[in-house]
Amino acid sequence: MSVGAPRGLASSGQKLITEILHPLSAAEEPLSPGPDVTISAEKDKEPGLTNGTPVEISSPASASVLLSRLQLDGDPEADAHDPFGSGEPRDLFVTVDDPKKHVSTMETYITYRVSTKTTRIEFDLPEYSVRRRYQDFDWLRIKLEDSQPTHLVPPLPEKFVMKGVVDRFSEEFVDTRMKALDKFLKRVADHPVLSFNPHLNAFLTAKDLNKRQGLALLTKVGESVKNVAGGYKLRARPAEFCAMGEYLDTFSQKLGTIDRIAQRILREQSAEYLTELREYGTVYSTWAGSEEQLQRPLEGVAGCVTTSCGALEDLSDNMSQDFLPVLREYILYIESMKNVLRKRDQVQAEYEGRLEAAVLRKQEDRTPIPVEVEKCQDKVECFNADLKADWERWQRNKRQDFKQLLTGMADKNISYYEKSQAAWESLITLLQEKQTEDKTSETN
Amino acid sequence: MLCISYNFIHYVKPSLELPGLFSVVRMRIASSADSSSNNSRSQMIMADSGSSDEVAVICNTDITSTESENNLINTMVERGTALLKKMEISVAEADKRTGKNTVNMQETYTVYLIETRPAESVSEEGTPAAPDTLWRRYSEFELLRTYLLVTYPYIIVPPLPEKRAEFVWHKLSADNLDPDFVERRRVGLENFLLRLASHPVLSNDNIFFLFLTEEKGWREAVLETGFQDKADSRLKSLSAMFRVKNPDKRFTALKHYSEDLSTVISQLLRIRARVADRLYGVYKVHANYGRVFSEWSAIEKEMGDGLQSAGHHMDTYAASIDDILEEEEHYADQLKEYLFYTEAVRSVCRKHELIQYELEMAAQDLSYKKQQKEELETGTVRIFSLKGMTSKLFGQETQEQRESKVAALEQSIQEGEDALKEKNAESQEFVEKAWNDIERFNEQKEKDLREALISYAIMQISMCKKGIQVWSNAKECFNKM
Repeated sequence: MSVGAPRGLASSGQKLITEILHPLSAAEEPLSPGPDVTISAEKDKEPGLTNGTPVEISSPASASVLLSRLQLDGDPEADAHDPFGSGEPRDLFVTVDDPKKHVSTMETYITYRVSTKTTRIEFDLPEYSVRRRYQDFDWLRIKLEDSQPTHLVPPLPEKFVMKGVVDRFSEEFVDTRMKALDKFLKRVADHPVLSFNPHLNAFLTAKDLNKRQGLALLTKVGESVKNVAGGYKLRARPAEFCAMGEYLDTFSQKLGTIDRIAQRILREQSAEYLTELREYGTVYSTWAGSEEQLQRPLEGVAGCVTTSCGALEDLSDNMSQDFLPVLREYILYIESMKNVLRKRDQVQAEYEGRLEAAVLRKQEDRTPIPVEVEKCQDKVECFNADLKADWERWQRNKRQDFKQLLTGMADKNISYYEKSQAAWESLITLLQEKQTEDKTSETN
Repeated sequence: MLCISYNFIHYVKPSLELPGLFSVVRMRIASSADSSSNNSRSQMIMADSGSSDEVAVICNTDITSTESENNLINTMVERGTALLKKMEISVAEADKRTGKNTVNMQETYTVYLIETRPAESVSEEGTPAAPDTLWRRYSEFELLRTYLLVTYPYIIVPPLPEKRAEFVWHKLSADNLDPDFVERRRVGLENFLLRLASHPVLSNDNIFFLFLTEEKGWREAVLETGFQDKADSRLKSLSAMFRVKNPDKRFTALKHYSEDLSTVISQLLRIRARVADRLYGVYKVHANYGRVFSEWSAIEKEMGDGLQSAGHHMDTYAASIDDILEEEEHYADQLKEYLFYTEAVRSVCRKHELIQYELEMAAQDLSYKKQQKEELETGTVRIFSLKGMTSKLFGQETQEQRESKVAALEQSIQEGEDALKEKNAESQEFVEKAWNDIERFNEQKEKDLREALISYAIMQISMCKKGIQVWSNAKECFNKM
């Protein structure tokens, strides 16, 4: 399949990709051909590393760039837990960063830079940089689901946000969403089948992602057709898929519980406890005002309490921006996986139904089993195989992700206590210095 | 029985470097506590605070109980009061009694065992000699204190621990019969007695001595002192609304300071209780993590063990808050003592106001009489009086009448001058004694509160160390997932 002219991208046509200017890329310079392309999306010239990775200076998303840089440099830990499990070297790296707000007469929205580095021949160039908005990611996901229904497609962060409840343009929200989009894209890029999907290619490379309004409608129609066709009743689900379903149900439940607990702790710790703690610190300051000798010690205590408050705020920010979103994303992931399991059931049911009908007809008038039935059987077997492979990968990734998530949570808590302890320890030194000072002056 | 006279002893600053009284009391508690020594840890780092290299050597925080016992004995002996040189005092136990009260109703009350032992007494085997003991109930402590307040109005008399639990956070019981409350009160009563015993003036009081040594007949002895009469004067000073013309600035400043201190400590205690409540809630919610990790581990293969053990650590974390907050109660008690002290300070100030007022009244009275005499002698009427008017209207007095009046006035003036002199002397003596005690109190307060803050900081550090330990353990488990 020629990647230079993927389906559904009429605008890229015969023009070189490099010559097409994306309407949103007004601030960007056009890509120049050549193996050592330096991508400068910022107004300033950015220095690059020897392997061509742009160095982030001002972007708030430096974390994800750092991560991708680590991947490029061959992070030994990442290799040790190779999600492929086959020891294959990675040849497609993607990153989502650099959120920017775009204001037009019709709407205001955020775009993100999607950077790609690859050695695959399916791509014309080794590096790409495009700008995409959430809608584009959503489009990609739908396309992937439709074109690869037997595979588990990673989830996107929630689409709809209640206006007025959450500020869609606040730094925290944008940052959280961007991290989730980055994760989504990385998961797709790491998938041995999905990463070769032409829609992904288009998403990563085309300057103008023409999604064709009609497609959305077609997709919906396509789905309903599948549903109508799947009016068959499933006889016997293989045990392993039953186990998968049960596991997902329980796991989803547990994650929901953890989400609720984390939220409760967040509320009780950062709203209620923190408020009281702040007031507590101020009283010590007030008291210090009416004392002489005790003024410094009391101010010192007030200072320690304030430091603890600051450390607590950091902990809470972390929990709400890093921990909770990842948790919720997994819950969405589970939902989409359950969908795939349901689809698998339908495909098997269809096959079983058709087979039964064909067998009956054969018995009646010796009509041979039609080819469609055999195709159905193939479908079922492919689906099962794909699903099993994906399941294994998913389990491995899940283990990694949760290990990271939970150790991160432990780290943040440790950091909070360390900061607080340091403050109190320096206070004690101060207080005891004064004590020995006083005692020596007394005995003199 | 020893006869102790009222001796005014100047407070002698100890020449050795010693911890303040608070540490004396705390260390005492440490050595007399039994298995559940939950309030004795304030100066000692928690034993389970993790690896030994983490324990910072911060001055007197890693004292063992034998060391502290020695410190205690040394401190008490050096403290400078004759009483403490003679005997060790402690409130060793609490017990419940039932009996008939004054209105012949059955009631349950708590009694406290006071132990006294000659200082540095050791029997042949090397163990301390058996103490003398007697039981006292809270109302007797109250009577002792009232007696002292009345008898030494210029002294800031140490306060009693609270009768009813105040500033409680929800988990703590406000019930007077609750064993934790009784235990904290026992500690507070011991502290009260030790404060009295180390006071340069109060330690020499006979009634106090009898309180410690004579169980029967003590009440009668107190009543025999006739302090009730002085009690009325004291009540008057507390409740009266009189205006002093020339208030002593130092006393006014002190009164305002003690009012400020009272307000701020009350605030602090109230908020601390709320903070404790919230912190308790946060810690306890983590037990839910324990439960859900355990449930989750059941459906996992490789991740199961790590999750399960991490869950146990979450349970440990949730349980740790109980000890942490109980220790903090000791800090709250230290603050409360000084909150109640402010009352005593204020009553000394008010007593001074009363004396000052009486002095001013006496002076005023005297000058009025002198003016009267002058008028009678010179015949001018400057001060309006009905008598003067009527005598003007209805005829002058005779010479004899006038002379006898003048004589009577001179007598009265003499008496007035004597009274004024007496009042002046009384006032000066009061001011001198009071300021002596105020200075002593200020020094004690600075020392005690600074130590309280240090021990509070140590508690916080201990809490942080525990937190780090638990989360590090949990992290190890997560890493094994």
